Formats: sequence, C-alpha cells, structure tokens
Amino acid sequence: MTRTAPAGAPTTEPAERARPSFGQVWDRYGIIIVLLAMVALMAVIAPNFVSLSNGFNVARAVSINAVLAAGMTLVILTGGIDLSVGSIVGVAGVTSVLLWNAGSPALVAVLGGVLVGAAAGLLNGLLVAYLALPAFIVTLGALTYLRGTAYALTDGQPLIAEGELGFRLLGNGNIAAIPSPVVVMVITYVVIWFILERTTFGRHIYAVGGNVEAARLAGIKVRRVLLKVYLIAGLTAGLAGVMFSARVESGQPRAGEGYELDAIAAVVLGGTSLFGGRGRIHGTFVGALIMGVLSNGLVLMNVPFFTQLIIKGAVIIIAVALDSLKNWRSG
Amino acid sequence: MASLVAMEGITKSFGGAPALRGVDFDLRRGEVHALMGENGAGKSTLMKVLAGVHTPDSGTIRIDGEPVTISSPVEAAALGIAIIHQELNTVPDMTVAENLALGAEPRTRWGVLDRKRLLRDAEEKLARVRADIDPRLPMRQLSVGRQQMVEIARALAEDARVLVLDEPTAALSDREARQLFSLIDEMRAAGMGLVYISHRMEEVWELADRVTVFRDGRSVGTSEKAEITPERVVTQMIGRNVEDLYVHDDRSPGEVVLRVRGLTDGAGIGPVDLDLRAGEVVGMVGLIGAGRTEIARMIYGADRARGGTVELEGKVLDRRSPATSIRDGIGLLPESRKEQALFAQMSVRDNLVVSALERLSRLGVLRRGAIGDAARRQMEALRIRTPPTRAAGQLSGGNQQKVVLGRWLTVGPRVLILDEPTRGVDIGAKYEIYRIINEQVSRGVAVLVVSSDLPEALGISDRVLVVRGGRIVAELDRSEATEEAVMLHATGVAAAAEKNGGTTA
Repeated sequence: MTRTAPAGAPTTEPAERARPSFGQVWDRYGIIIVLLAMVALMAVIAPNFVSLSNGFNVARAVSINAVLAAGMTLVILTGGIDLSVGSIVGVAGVTSVLLWNAGSPALVAVLGGVLVGAAAGLLNGLLVAYLALPAFIVTLGALTYLRGTAYALTDGQPLIAEGELGFRLLGNGNIAAIPSPVVVMVITYVVIWFILERTTFGRHIYAVGGNVEAARLAGIKVRRVLLKVYLIAGLTAGLAGVMFSARVESGQPRAGEGYELDAIAAVVLGGTSLFGGRGRIHGTFVGALIMGVLSNGLVLMNVPFFTQLIIKGAVIIIAVALDSLKNWRSG
Repeated sequence: MASLVAMEGITKSFGGAPALRGVDFDLRRGEVHALMGENGAGKSTLMKVLAGVHTPDSGTIRIDGEPVTISSPVEAAALGIAIIHQELNTVPDMTVAENLALGAEPRTRWGVLDRKRLLRDAEEKLARVRADIDPRLPMRQLSVGRQQMVEIARALAEDARVLVLDEPTAALSDREARQLFSLIDEMRAAGMGLVYISHRMEEVWELADRVTVFRDGRSVGTSEKAEITPERVVTQMIGRNVEDLYVHDDRSPGEVVLRVRGLTDGAGIGPVDLDLRAGEVVGMVGLIGAGRTEIARMIYGADRARGGTVELEGKVLDRRSPATSIRDGIGLLPESRKEQALFAQMSVRDNLVVSALERLSRLGVLRRGAIGDAARRQMEALRIRTPPTRAAGQLSGGNQQKVVLGRWLTVGPRVLILDEPTRGVDIGAKYEIYRIINEQVSRGVAVLVVSSDLPEALGISDRVLVVRGGRIVAELDRSEATEEAVMLHATGVAAAAEKNGGTTA
C-alpha cells in the first residue's frame, strides 16, 4: 500500500512562488481556451460559421446579452443576483417606442427607456440595501411586476414604431463599418471595466462581495455600494432594452424573456463567483461570447429550438459546477 | 544501539531560498520528540524530507544505523516512516474501510473486491487505535479527529515505526485530543519513535521526552525535557529573552484624546467611562464574555450605543458608524481577522489601502501611483515580504494580521483600538506587532488593546482596565498590574472582599 502524499501536501512558503499549477492556469485562461475550442468546433461542423457576415451576426446577437451581463457582473460581484433584468429589457424597450410614437425626439426616447431601467434598478437596490431583503426575492418579484407593466403599457400587443424609428441605429446599421450594437457594447464594457479597476467604488464592490462584515468595519458604506450596483444593473438593462427595440424597430412586451439567465450564465462562465468578491469584467465578455457562439452555431447546425434550450441549460449548470469546484479547491 | 532515525547535515532550498541549512536530528525508539519553532523555521520541511516528500540537497539519513535514501513517500513507507499531515490525506467520498485499504484492496479469487474482508480488516485496524468508528461510513461524515485516527490506523497497519504528527491537535476537540494523547503513549510504549510538531507548549510538555527547537532553518538545540523550561524554549525560538518580547518604551502620555462617558448598549454593557491619552497603551482585560469586545465595538461605532457620549479631542461625536469613526480618526482592528477584517481574495495592496481610498483617489478615481507607494511603504514598515499583488488569504496568519493592522497605519488614526491583535499568530509576528504598536504610541497615537493574553496585556500596557459584567471594575497602573491583581478584579473576588469591609481583612 502506498502513501499518496505529494499532490495535496502543503508546501513551505518559498515553494509557493514556483511556476503556476495547472489549476491556476485553468483559472486564468480556461474560459478563453473554451471559447477558442468552441469556435474551432463550430468552424468545422457548422456550415458558414467562419465568415465576416456571420462574425458580425454573432457580435450583433451577443451585444444585448453582453450589455446585460456587464451590469449583472457588478451585482454578482457583491454576492447578489438580479433576476429582473430581462423584464427591464421589455419595459425599457416598450417605453422608448412609446415615447417615440408620442413624438419625442430620438434622444429623449432613448434616455427615457434607459432611465426607466435605472429607476427599476434603484427600487431593487433600495429594497435589497436598506430593507435588507434577499436579492433573489426582490428581483424575482421585480421580474414579474415589470413584465406585467410591459404588457400593460402595450395592451399585450407589439407596438409598431411610427415611421422610421429615430434610434434604429442602436440596433441596426453600422458605425464606421462596425455594427452599432457592437460599438455600444464595447463602450459599456470599457466603462464597467473602468469602474471596477480604476475607481474606489470598484474596490468597494470587491470588498463588499469578499467579506461584507469586514467591509463595514473598514468604513465602507455597504448599503450605498449595494444600491449603486443594482442601479447600474437596471441602467444597463434599460440600455439593452432600447437596443432591442431599435433592432426590431418596435416595442415588444415579451422582449428579454429569460435573458436574465443568459446574462447570469455569461457572468458565471466568465469566472465570476456567485458567492461574490471574485471575478473580472473581461471574463464576462468572453462568457457572453461563448453563449453567443453556442447559440449561433446551434442555429447554423439546424439544431431544433427545444434542443438548444437543453444544451444551454446544461452549459449553465456545468459553469456553476465548475465555479463551486473552484471554491472547494481553494478552501 | 543506533538511533531509530539519524539525520545529519540536511540542507534544502526552494528556488534559491534556503529552508534547511544543515540540520542534525535524531529519534530514539520509544520516545516522543517534539519539534518547535516559528512558522517557516523548517520543522515541517525536515519532516517532509524524512517522509520522502522533499529530496534533500545534501546530508545523510540513517535508519537503525544504515544509511538510506528516501526519494518518495512510497520508499518512506517501506522503511516504516509515516507522516500525518496537517491537511489530512484521506478520500472524503470513500468509506473508512476503503480508505484504510487504499491501494491494497483485498480481492476474491474472481478478482473482484472482497467486501467482507475489507470490512473485517478495517475493524481490526481500527481496533489497534481503539477507535470506535463504523468502517462503512463515508470519510466525509467523520470529525477531523476521527479522520486523523483513521490515518494513524492506516500508518500502523503498514507497520510504521516512525510516526510524524504535524500539528495534530489544531482542529481537535479536547476530548479528541485526550484520545490522541493516550494513543501516543501506547505507541511510545510499543517502541515506536514519534515526532510531534506543535506550537502548543502545554501539549509538548505533557507528551514529549525531548524537544528540538528550530529557527531560520537551523536546529537551535535538542534538550531532554527535564533539563529545559518552557521559557527557555521560547527564548530559543525567538532568539531573545521572553522579558524582551513585550516592547515597552518609557512613555509620558500627553493630553486626553478620547473621552468616553456613560457609554451603554442598554443591554448589559456599560455604562462605561474611560479616557485615553495621546501616546499611551491602555489594556482592557477580563474574562471571556466580560464585554471587552462589545465596549471596543461600541466606541468605534460598529455596534450602536443606546446612551453615553464619545468625545474626540473635546468634540462630541454623534451618529457614529465605522465610516464616520475613520473620518474622525478612530480605528478598530476587529477580534476575528478572517470574518471581520481580511479580504482574503483581494491583494495585499488592496487590503492595505481599502480604508484610505478617499485620500488615495481623486473624484473617485484611484491614484494608482499613490496607492502603490502607500502599500509599499506599509509593507516595508511591517516587514511583509511578498509580492503586493498576492491574494491576502494566501499569507501566513502572522502576515495576514500584519496586513489588517497595516490598513490602520495607512489611515493614520489618532485613536487605535486593537481587539486581540496577536491572536493566532506566531511569536515572531507577535514581536513585530508589539514593535508596531510601540512605534505608533511614540508618534502620539492613543492605543486601546483588548487582550485575553494576560502577560501580553500587562507587558505592553501603561495601565490596565479590568472589565467584568460589561463594566470597568478596576483601573490598575503598570506598576500595580500583576496577573494576580487583575484576576482578583476580573473574577469579582476583589469586589466581594471590599463589600465585606474590614471584617474579613
């Protein structure tokens, strides 16, 4: 019988700086490897996957979910969750088209949609931060009442934009030969990256998510941090809703149904811990790309819609399993 | 007769950093040999060399006088050497019996697992360590102490003659520890050689026949227990006298900085009155549950007070919270590093500056140069030697504590409240922390220290406040603060005597 000591044996301090283990490399680059592998796989088996137009298709399709996931990343980093973002997409999108049809300038319609999203996020944040209600419950409730609001605003019917929708560029068309939703997405990610990496607010988000009691004792205004992250998640969801309306050039009360799950999946696939405190925004970006490549590839392969749902669900579960495995390993 | 194990001139480096610098060590039959020393002194590394986990750079190992090379744990096991690591080496999802037979599972004639024999063997092996454990249970369901018993049973089943126990009681209940000690006595009586690595002096004194002290990768000396005192061991461990451990310069405290009057939580704590002067250390001592931590937290605003005032330099503070306290110049090092202070996943640098970000940013945007400088300065002052980007949770306990203390040095408060500042850190880090406190005091900071380590509280304080039942029941000057005097007040004996007046005196 052998004594199998070496693998898990603790090392002395100096040895800890030796070359990174497989686990560390996987933690850092695993998600990118998965993306590349998926792209390679799709390139082989899916017809027309590798083409400029399909590349833009993927990017365009990804952009709305990616914008949602960017805001969601902040919430999850604090250890929270926002299930309401999909419904915010519906309300915000409908609002922007309503405003347009009522004769508002395009800019006002866009801002109106975004602000409705921000207001919904603010209410989530107030309830979570100041009444200390569980985020899961608060945002589950918001998911329902916001969807109801979207239907109520349109009598349950799709709202056709009158004339040419003034802000259709946000969903269609190009800016300097790049699909405009992709431009919006990139700007969103740069802003969120800046918040997380370069501002005190960003440090506070990590601190609150890492150890909320330590954060409070270190003088961080925990409630204010929580309020802000839900507000931002609502705001990005509002933006995504306007992008959706711009893309379909109408206000769809059902827009964004189930998007919250795709966004959460992108965040978790990107390596952000559902327990909070650990994760990076660029991981979320790659996570959103993986979701997009997966959807696009499945469509190109003519996989039936129901099967697509099954595969996506499995991917989400595997992602969460990998995450908890990681936590288990680091003790 | 030759020693059971004799190691001579063992050296070992990791990536150029020497961990062992020529260590001699011997182990006799039928003895418990304790290894003591600070974290990183080389104890565990030497034992891993013996167990074949590390290969030494130079030096010889003899077993029963015969020179041997041990280049893998398998070879060590064949020589009868077993090591029980701090982190146990069992498979949590397999049963106890399966763990005991790991790698040598009994098979029937047909080549399938012989379940009956597996259980029977396991029961026999467990009986040898007198452990009443059901071998069919999954390992995961056992307490750490019981898992450890299974590991020892496995080692004995392999005919181990040398058993190394690395901090075996760290996660055990008292009862489990007693069981382990009686098993150790039995193994010693059976002629085995046992190496016992521990920081706990009482255990070492109870169990060991000889003690070897390590410092900086060297063996400072091996002594028969009868010929040495615990104080001498500590002196050897830290390389200086125990009396010199507590750093206390002569001080002349200045003006009162913090004035607390009638502070109470309305539920058993307070009313508390206390004054802190610039440039003094005041110790707050008492029994567990006396209310010291509660008082400290109320002053800081971590818990809400229901009455009383806190005055800083003559200004009454109201609507106090941690955030306002920091702005006003009061800091609190909380009692529990892991739960209340450390951001384990954040870098050392971010941990050091997290409470001072307002000063280290402009319009909410981090001034990264200033942050890097501030963190580097603190790491130098605190002698934390690690890359600033490393996750704080990966540091040793002592360095983690220095990081959370360093957070306050970055802020630079005028009043610093330290709740158990040296809990769970090794003696070298303790000394560093005392040095840091002393340095802060010499700059005029007023320090309030809550400590359950009475010699420490008395050693570093200028005066001592004794807390009992949520109130301060005595104030003792440094000259009159003896452990005895403190305990009389802390337990209420002094108060009872006073009440009885002259009749009993």
